[in-house]
Amino acid sequence: MYNPFSLENKTILVTGASSGIGRAIAIECSKMGASIIITGRNEERLKETHTQMEGNKPDYIVADLSNSDDVQNLSENITSLNGLVNCAGLTKVLPFPFAERKDFEEVMEVNFFAPTELSRLLVKLKKMQKGASIVFISSVSGVYCSAAAGSIYSSSKGAIHGLAKAMALDLAPKGIRVNCVNPGMIDTNIFSEGKITQEQLNEDMKRYPLKRYGKPEEVAYAVIYLLSDAAEWITGSNLLIDGGYTLL
Amino acid sequence: MELQEFIKNFANQFEETDSSVFTKDTVFKNLDEWSSLLALSIIAMVDEQYGVALKGDDIRSANTIEDLYNIIKSKK
Repeated sequence: MYNPFSLENKTILVTGASSGIGRAIAIECSKMGASIIITGRNEERLKETHTQMEGNKPDYIVADLSNSDDVQNLSENITSLNGLVNCAGLTKVLPFPFAERKDFEEVMEVNFFAPTELSRLLVKLKKMQKGASIVFISSVSGVYCSAAAGSIYSSSKGAIHGLAKAMALDLAPKGIRVNCVNPGMIDTNIFSEGKITQEQLNEDMKRYPLKRYGKPEEVAYAVIYLLSDAAEWITGSNLLIDGGYTLL
Repeated sequence: MELQEFIKNFANQFEETDSSVFTKDTVFKNLDEWSSLLALSIIAMVDEQYGVALKGDDIRSANTIEDLYNIIKSKK
């Protein structure tokens, strides 16, 4: 069947695959025919993702990407990739006067330094094949807008935004494409610490022209596109997935 | 932890509302200046000053400043 978005014969590494957007990307990409290597910190939840994946399923790899040994081992153990999706991420909701250096460091470590170093090593060790696609999960925050008490998260996503542009340039001669997807609020447990109430989230949802938050799968579909050969001429771009949020 | 000091710390997060407005019986969510950002500032202040991680629902269930004070005390 004609399908320019197929991921067949592609091996793709997905980080942060134990929950949320990363899990959905792993599952959806596997349904598109890719061989997906998943990694995350929590083995139990990683196993759950693994069970829900289809087709050719390489073993999952438990790794904490904020640990440089884990990043090094992961990069060395992987043989060859056609795609990398950097999903692992977290947020820390603090009004700016309370956002201390240690809070920025905690989030930057996971949202910025870890994916940067993993991407760098995979390229340096020549694990990314010609024509490979690297996708970062950025955000609307820090690129198009921000949110109350969002200075830390926005900074980390803004940093990814800049990084992806420069990487796209530097890796173009190797035939490696680098792009970001920029989701608005997606239904995940990113606010599970409970500083934001369900009531506030329901109120926030109404600010979206399409009147709801996104689903993790809806981010996955955009990532599939950027990983596929249909996006062969796309590099350094942002793909906005926000239900119209940034129109207003 | 002491109630008067807590009221002072609470009032300190506000810009427009005069500090004389704040007593233990103040229904803080009725204040004009109250906002979701202020709720987050209160949560951050409580974490910083008292080492207690409040949830948004704790703020929601408290009516007066004293209610919130008691919630924090119970979590300490």
